Amino acid sequence: MAKMTLDDLRKLRGTKKTAMEMRDTGNKTIQVIIGMGTSGIAAGAKATLQAFGDELLAQGLTEVSLRQAGSLGLDYAEPTVEVHVPGMPDTVYGKVDAAVAKLIVQKHIIGRELVSGHVYDKPAKDIVK
Amino acid sequence: MHYSICDFLMDIIQNGIESGAGNIDVILEEDAVWFSALVQDDGRGMTAMQIERALDPFFTDGTKHPGRKVGLGLPFLKQATDSLGGSLDIHSEKGKGTGIAFRLPMDNIDTPPLGDLVGTLVQAFTFIDAYELSVSRKKPDGDAYRVTRSELAEALGELDTVGSQSLLRNYLESLEENHGENDA
Repeated sequence: MAKMTLDDLRKLRGTKKTAMEMRDTGNKTIQVIIGMGTSGIAAGAKATLQAFGDELLAQGLTEVSLRQAGSLGLDYAEPTVEVHVPGMPDTVYGKVDAAVAKLIVQKHIIGRELVSGHVYDKPAKDIVK
Repeated sequence: MHYSICDFLMDIIQNGIESGAGNIDVILEEDAVWFSALVQDDGRGMTAMQIERALDPFFTDGTKHPGRKVGLGLPFLKQATDSLGGSLDIHSEKGKGTGIAFRLPMDNIDTPPLGDLVGTLVQAFTFIDAYELSVSRKKPDGDAYRVTRSELAEALGELDTVGSQSLLRNYLESLEENHGENDA
């Protein structure tokens, strides 16, 4: 790969944008927030972030907002991830490694179904299997 | 101790962002022996006593996580530089900002690997807060580059979407790659 310039970056963005606009842009309101505090990083949150990026890209969900926050407060369950999908309860998942990240994209974001065994906060326990 | 040098780096950059800094300058230099980093922010800064306490793992000012008893970011770094024969310098002025410089010997067998620098920089550029971040990097082969968050935002639009982050990653990978003599 040759060294890219900012101009190359602008052009690439232009071409990707057109390709993207031809697809459904409804996923623009979906947010994934990764807890990136010291304990999150120590538990592998970087691999989790990377896995979300890779899987969302592979599924063509390029408009999803992928964000980082400090600790989400559940240090015993790191890496932790908060997922907002319109029409679904806001959910905090815990112990999310790369494999679980993939599952969250496929089941929660695409399939609109909670991923059992990793829900650590909201919704109430009786909603989750 | 953290798994890679990049984890230490991320921790300090994140401290800067969370201290409300508007500008963060990062300088990374690497040669065959030393990895040196300087992270300078204009956030809220610390007094001499606060610096000392920041290096104590069993101290935290409690603003970030009320009720919590530990703060491990800087103590981890101090432990690493002390035990590996590196150095750690903290300069800070209350209300003006903090500069943290550290150096680690790459030829010490116990020094952690550099880690995923591109991934770390993608992370550093894409926090939600409004801040300017500049990264100046000198690679072991002598090649150098500088990237700022504002020029990236201008070229990519929103930095928080998966699409932008993937392009940003490609861009940084191309800068980080070894391009041989032509670019020297």
